[in-house]
Amino acid sequence: MSVQPSTEFHPRWYRAPVSTYWWMGSWRYSLFILRELTSVAVAWSVVVTLLLLRALLKGPDAYAHFTHRMQSPLMIALNIIVFCFLLLHTITWFNLAPRAMPVRLGGKRVPEFLVAAPNYVLWVVASAVIAWFVLRKI
Amino acid sequence: MSKPSNEGFFWLLFSAGGVVAAMFIPVHLFLFGLAFPLGWLPQPSYEHLLALARSPLARIYLFVLCALPLFHWAHRFRFTLYDGLQVKHLNEVIFILCYGGALLGTLLSGYLLLRI
Repeated sequence: MSVQPSTEFHPRWYRAPVSTYWWMGSWRYSLFILRELTSVAVAWSVVVTLLLLRALLKGPDAYAHFTHRMQSPLMIALNIIVFCFLLLHTITWFNLAPRAMPVRLGGKRVPEFLVAAPNYVLWVVASAVIAWFVLRKI
Repeated sequence: MSKPSNEGFFWLLFSAGGVVAAMFIPVHLFLFGLAFPLGWLPQPSYEHLLALARSPLARIYLFVLCALPLFHWAHRFRFTLYDGLQVKHLNEVIFILCYGGALLGTLLSGYLLLRI
């Protein structure tokens, strides 16, 4: 309510009009939008997980149907693109850590790649552990 | 723009979901979306996956794996629409659709994991 200017003669704000396609102007902006779009790939991966859980709940036939559906060429093509976006998310997210949390040792700033590196190590270990659980024979 | 209070909470969810998505989601999609369908690795049996999903730790893990990344998506996709398409007049609709979708997915994952 009180955000209105207090006089009648308040100047109009100047807002430079921005095109809807502003992010196509430069590679940096395009990369920003690509990075933001990784969230769609993340959501899709959760949907796949939910479909798998639903198939497991419904029974062996539903599971066979699920695996068959994942084999369709369209699904494979989609998942290749999705996986690339997931990697983009992981890389941009890990590389952000040293910016969000600058580490100092003995008055000097630790180089960024040294702060980001443990993330990658943890990533590889976590992925290997999950793959081991899924793949091991009982 | 008169409600600045909740933004921090949603940002926290976004951030936590971003970590989970970066660490754990790629291997899941790689296995079930590429490696198994393309025959790079042998498809695990129904019984094995069911037994795995039924263990208490896996249930908690899978719930976190679904819930937090969905809220990460809701936050980031909301701002992608705001900034990318500049649809400021639809802010409230977008907000409800994004977080509503995330909440729905979270409830669904909870339901599936309780009954599995």
